Amino acid sequence: MAKVTEVLFEPIFKNNPIALQILGICSALAVTGKMDTVIAMSLALVFVNSLSNLSVSLIRKHVPTNIRIIVQMTIIASLVIIVDQALKAYAYDISRRLSVYVGLIITNCIVMGRAEAFAMKNGPVLSFFDGLGNALGYALILVSVGTFREILGTGKFLGYNILTPTTEGGWYVTNGLLVLPPSAFFLIGFFIWALRTWKKDQIEEDN
Amino acid sequence: MLEAYLSLFVKAIFVENMALAFFLGMCTFLAVSKKVDTALGLGIAVVVVQTITVPVNYLIYNYILKKGALAWAGLAGVDLSFVGLISYIGVIAAMVQILEMFLDKYVPKLYNALGVFLPLITVNCAILAGSLFMVERNFNFGESVVFGLGSGVGWALAIVALAGIREKLAFSDVPAGLRGLGITFITVGLMAMAFMSFSGIQL
Amino acid sequence: MANETIGKTITVAVLLCFVCSVLVSTAAVKLRPRQERNKALFTKTNILKAGGLLEEGKSIDALFENIEVKYVNLETGEYDDSVDPATYDAREAVTKPDLSRAIPAEDDIANIKRMVKTAEVYLVNKDGELETIIIPVYGKGLWSTMYAFLAIEKDGNTVKGYSFYDHGETPGLGGEIDNPVWQAKWEGKKLFNQEGALSITVLKGEVNKDRPEAIHQVDGLAGATLTNNGVRNLMHFWLGDNGFGKYLRKFRNQGVDNG
Repeated sequence: MAKVTEVLFEPIFKNNPIALQILGICSALAVTGKMDTVIAMSLALVFVNSLSNLSVSLIRKHVPTNIRIIVQMTIIASLVIIVDQALKAYAYDISRRLSVYVGLIITNCIVMGRAEAFAMKNGPVLSFFDGLGNALGYALILVSVGTFREILGTGKFLGYNILTPTTEGGWYVTNGLLVLPPSAFFLIGFFIWALRTWKKDQIEEDN
Repeated sequence: MLEAYLSLFVKAIFVENMALAFFLGMCTFLAVSKKVDTALGLGIAVVVVQTITVPVNYLIYNYILKKGALAWAGLAGVDLSFVGLISYIGVIAAMVQILEMFLDKYVPKLYNALGVFLPLITVNCAILAGSLFMVERNFNFGESVVFGLGSGVGWALAIVALAGIREKLAFSDVPAGLRGLGITFITVGLMAMAFMSFSGIQL
Repeated sequence: MANETIGKTITVAVLLCFVCSVLVSTAAVKLRPRQERNKALFTKTNILKAGGLLEEGKSIDALFENIEVKYVNLETGEYDDSVDPATYDAREAVTKPDLSRAIPAEDDIANIKRMVKTAEVYLVNKDGELETIIIPVYGKGLWSTMYAFLAIEKDGNTVKGYSFYDHGETPGLGGEIDNPVWQAKWEGKKLFNQEGALSITVLKGEVNKDRPEAIHQVDGLAGATLTNNGVRNLMHFWLGDNGFGKYLRKFRNQGVDNG
């Protein structure tokens, strides 16, 4: 049981896939403008990552090494298609705004990386929680970036007015920079700074 | 006609830069941009793969997957577009593999130069996104070739530029917690803002 | 059996493909009806939004019952009853050579290259009388094509509502075209002046309400000159003679035509 907690929580702060391993960044930037897309994207990744880890781990003893990458990719791609189809059916508006980024989960290195590095070597239960943990680590960054961008950029949170913007007769002058995708880079940069000030062992050495 | 292709090409490089306007292929973009030489090698590999896979996926989409595309086989009502993702990634993986074998046999010099970067390209989302954008924007065959080339060049340009900046950055005094990844993120953010100014160009 | 034999490799590959394809196909086939319903609902919602007809607590389908879909031959401005609404899709038709035509570069102010020969219009009837005409319009903005529905009153001149539903403009600047506050500014504006010339325009900055031409002018979005130009151009294209110009003229000349 201790092992499960460890693989589940380690990736969230200690070994965060985005902040430390530089994995899965593409989507982290493009979808964080609004919270509803962030939540959809995080759930999609949680689903894909934990199930792909689970299935890869279940069949790991039967996969010939020379086709293992393509086997993992097929499993991941199938899961992503299912997520994509489900989003189109149950959350059409969000799936429209996420456009190609749902499909790009296939090439999200977190999923591939965990399948290759963890699920190929560990049992199904541990692999499942490892996938879950890493996806949650990813979700944590997405949610924190998304919260900043939506509240300060549009004055809203999940569509509800928090700070009434001037364009709607309120007092809050929206921060235009934060609505633009590049702002996510700054936020992640500062987030890493904060994290590394707190956990000093993550600081990179000069080379 | 030529004018339209040229404008698409320039647009794919600057205005709709894969890395700095759509933030695609970021993992490798940030990880492999410490040195200009390696960045250039990876950039060239991306250009080559992108120029091949976008048109190939165009053919697959338009003659096999699209709704009514199987009319030539007598199956006009079939719509296979939902397996699009898996086919594109399959094509990309296969293309990368073939290219690797081809280069190994006939152009060993280039093969050695690209080395580990070739297999890495399969998981570069800029490549998959190139094919997805091609489908979403309804390009024709000629356009898909030009778009593939242009978006590849744009990505290569961006990574080489970032590597140049990071080489200089190595000599500056960055706060401890921000060193490495943190400052790279902020640099890329600034570059992306600069690239936004291309958006006003009318072609 | 060892993992590395050819037999095992092929068995694993085939089995995996089989399982995955069953899963993927089931998901796709099971969910397709829902997806298509969503797509149709999305279009309907935006048409209703443009016409100001959305009501809290009422289903979209019920509200849409008051709307009649008709097809207009854009060259003549007359209705074309031969089109089957069940199979005709304007966004698809525009790619087909027999259903669309290329726009000569000098006329193509909206920068859309091809246009359909027959376009759909949505007529809102109240107590058997025509009240609002809703037309689909689109054109190039700064980044990509912007799609909208424009609702015009039965005089063929007064804007009733405007709803952009698909665009890729810069969030926070040009992207504000989907902001209801801005869209409300179109309400009551006149498209054509007394002489019948197309006069609607998007200004750079705010409209001076005291000027007589203010009735044809809409505040521009701040920091989005090219998006504003795009909106003006697409209005001028679709309301001009290449677009719905001939069709709308009938309403202006003859007053109400029951169509």
